[in-house]
Amino acid sequence: MPEVSLFTSTRRALLAMAASAALALPGVGMSADSPLKVGFVYVGPVGDHGWTYRHDIGRLAIEEKFGDKVETTFVESVPEGADAERVIRKLASSGHGLIFTTSFGYMNPTVKVAKQFPDVKFEHATGYKRGDNVSTYSSRFYEGRTILGTMAGMMTKSNTIGYIASFPIPEVVRGINAFTIAMRKVNPDATVKVIWVNTWYDPGKEADAAKTLIDQGVDIITQHTDSPAALQVAEERGVLGFGQASDMSSFAPNAQLTAIVDDWDPYYIERTQAVIDGTWESTDTWKGINSGMVAMSDYGPKVPDDVKAAADLIREGIVEGTLHPFAGPIKNQAGEVVVAEGEVLDDGVLLGMDYYVEGVQGTLPK
Amino acid sequence: MIHLQRRANPSKLMGYLAPVIALAMTLLAGFLLFALLGVPVGEAFRAYFIDPISDSYGLAELGVKAAPLIMIAAALSLGFRAGVWNIGAEGQLILGGICGGAVALYFYEVESAFVLPLMCLAGVIGGMAWAAIPALLRTTVNANEILTSLMLTYVASLLLSFLVHGPMRDPDGFNFPESRLFHDAATLPLVLPGTRLHIGAPIAIFIALAAWILLSRTLLGFALRVNGNAPRAARHTGFSQAKLVWFSLLFTGAVAGLAGLFEVAGPIGQLNPVISPGYGFTAIIVAFLGRLHPIGVIFAGLIMALSYLGGETAQITLNMPLAVTGVFQGMLLFFLLAADVLIHYRVVFGRERHYVR
Repeated sequence: MPEVSLFTSTRRALLAMAASAALALPGVGMSADSPLKVGFVYVGPVGDHGWTYRHDIGRLAIEEKFGDKVETTFVESVPEGADAERVIRKLASSGHGLIFTTSFGYMNPTVKVAKQFPDVKFEHATGYKRGDNVSTYSSRFYEGRTILGTMAGMMTKSNTIGYIASFPIPEVVRGINAFTIAMRKVNPDATVKVIWVNTWYDPGKEADAAKTLIDQGVDIITQHTDSPAALQVAEERGVLGFGQASDMSSFAPNAQLTAIVDDWDPYYIERTQAVIDGTWESTDTWKGINSGMVAMSDYGPKVPDDVKAAADLIREGIVEGTLHPFAGPIKNQAGEVVVAEGEVLDDGVLLGMDYYVEGVQGTLPK
Repeated sequence: MIHLQRRANPSKLMGYLAPVIALAMTLLAGFLLFALLGVPVGEAFRAYFIDPISDSYGLAELGVKAAPLIMIAAALSLGFRAGVWNIGAEGQLILGGICGGAVALYFYEVESAFVLPLMCLAGVIGGMAWAAIPALLRTTVNANEILTSLMLTYVASLLLSFLVHGPMRDPDGFNFPESRLFHDAATLPLVLPGTRLHIGAPIAIFIALAAWILLSRTLLGFALRVNGNAPRAARHTGFSQAKLVWFSLLFTGAVAGLAGLFEVAGPIGQLNPVISPGYGFTAIIVAFLGRLHPIGVIFAGLIMALSYLGGETAQITLNMPLAVTGVFQGMLLFFLLAADVLIHYRVVFGRERHYVR
């Protein structure tokens, strides 16, 4: 059980902290023999079993890899508003040399605090503002969505897929579109129904959205929110679904077809190593399946062999670069060709994506 | 069997002491909690109550966090005293942020001293307008203001979400849902340079003092109190209940709207999909913790703010889970309510005794 291992690790860390608390003096930076303090700011609780949970797994991977050369700290459920700046600043002023801020809403506070602490390195997930001591990083989650869309298109019987979405930001819209494009390639009659819940983490709302979608006749659900609630509803109601950010098969052993798994471990270890070595530089990282930052969990028991084979083929194509999730022809909802045959959307357009492709029902909230 | 029996004369002194007793009990229970968790108790208390405010930056942050709680809670106390239950201060706060923020964005190119006062005015009007809806519904069709004001909060947060995803979105922001950062002319002046303590903090104290004077020294304050204590008597004395409802809601709306503007023009500096971590709701707790007394509210607001800052520090220095903060706040309320019950009722063991009155 993840909770148990987290708990024991916290206890161990507590003892270590208690022992070192008497010696540690607050101050910026570190000397050669003191451990590097690595701080994390989380938007949800570490027990969300999705987004924040996976970042915390990454934090534990740092501890595992570097042992007593590092000390890690996290602050969970930090609201994306006035509070974020104080928490980030507190981490910076309490001797942390490397700080990961793991939600889009922390962008401006991260940049602001970074200017006041030029010796501290900052890593902001999913944003676009960088500085001398601020890097950004994210994953090409949409590559995973292409695989999900293919599987959903092949397996749906009602030809309607439910999609629970958080906020209409480009990252989420990109996921919906990648899913839909892949789905329509194998099943041109299938459409996607989207429900916006305007939250990253609210199991109650996520479950309600799932129930509503099922009542409207969808037989497969996918979601861009952080908890397993929607998948649990799918399991209860006997429909199918996908895990998001983390393998959620323990919550839905029958319903989960596969899951997109965020694997931050290699990136977090690499960046920590760079700070220890003194080679850290401000970078912009956006990598996908072939880097390992986006992984797929094992297939669930309900996935037929032909679907597995098709999904594997898509995966290989993405890894080898022969298949681009946003290769033309792509049509928008009005049926106009927005990407011609033989062209692919470049990263600039992907980063600002603000329209639905053909096959998505409803209009994009703006 | 154990019964609760109403006391004929609840002690006034104990009424004022209840928050102090509740705080003491919370500390005691916290002591036990830390001891059971195996955390060094001294360090835990230091992390919660001393470290966060051990330097000027920390003290300033306490002010930043407490200011919206204090001003909204002070205004709410007036309404609650009058029996007008505005639960939707959060929505009024959001509307204040939206309207004030809209002014800042409209005058984006203008670096002038009139921008900020205009933003404040817009914030106040926005909050009042949002509070006017439950006031109108209450006074015309007798709709319960608890429900209407609460439901309007969700409408307000969706409206904000719509605006920052669309019309108010930063044109250079890659379609991400946030407005442009406000210019210097549209951000609040700082009280303490090098910190985030803005002019809103002293204004919050001023509002609490003003609310106290209004409540204790004016006819309107008297009318509010009578209406809360004895609505029928209030009607017979000629106070218009509708007017009191309108006043209570518009006053809290105005103050909550101003608090919302202070957040977006102060520590945040732009419009985001979420501009408040629930200040409007927490202020309800603060109002009761402060005994619905504007001065008590100042202390209650500071204690509540400190518990949030302490929760962050305890996570950073002791790896304590955030849930401990929630437990602390929950215990504080629990002991306060328990103390209240014991002030108004006596515990009777054995068979219930009946008195002839």
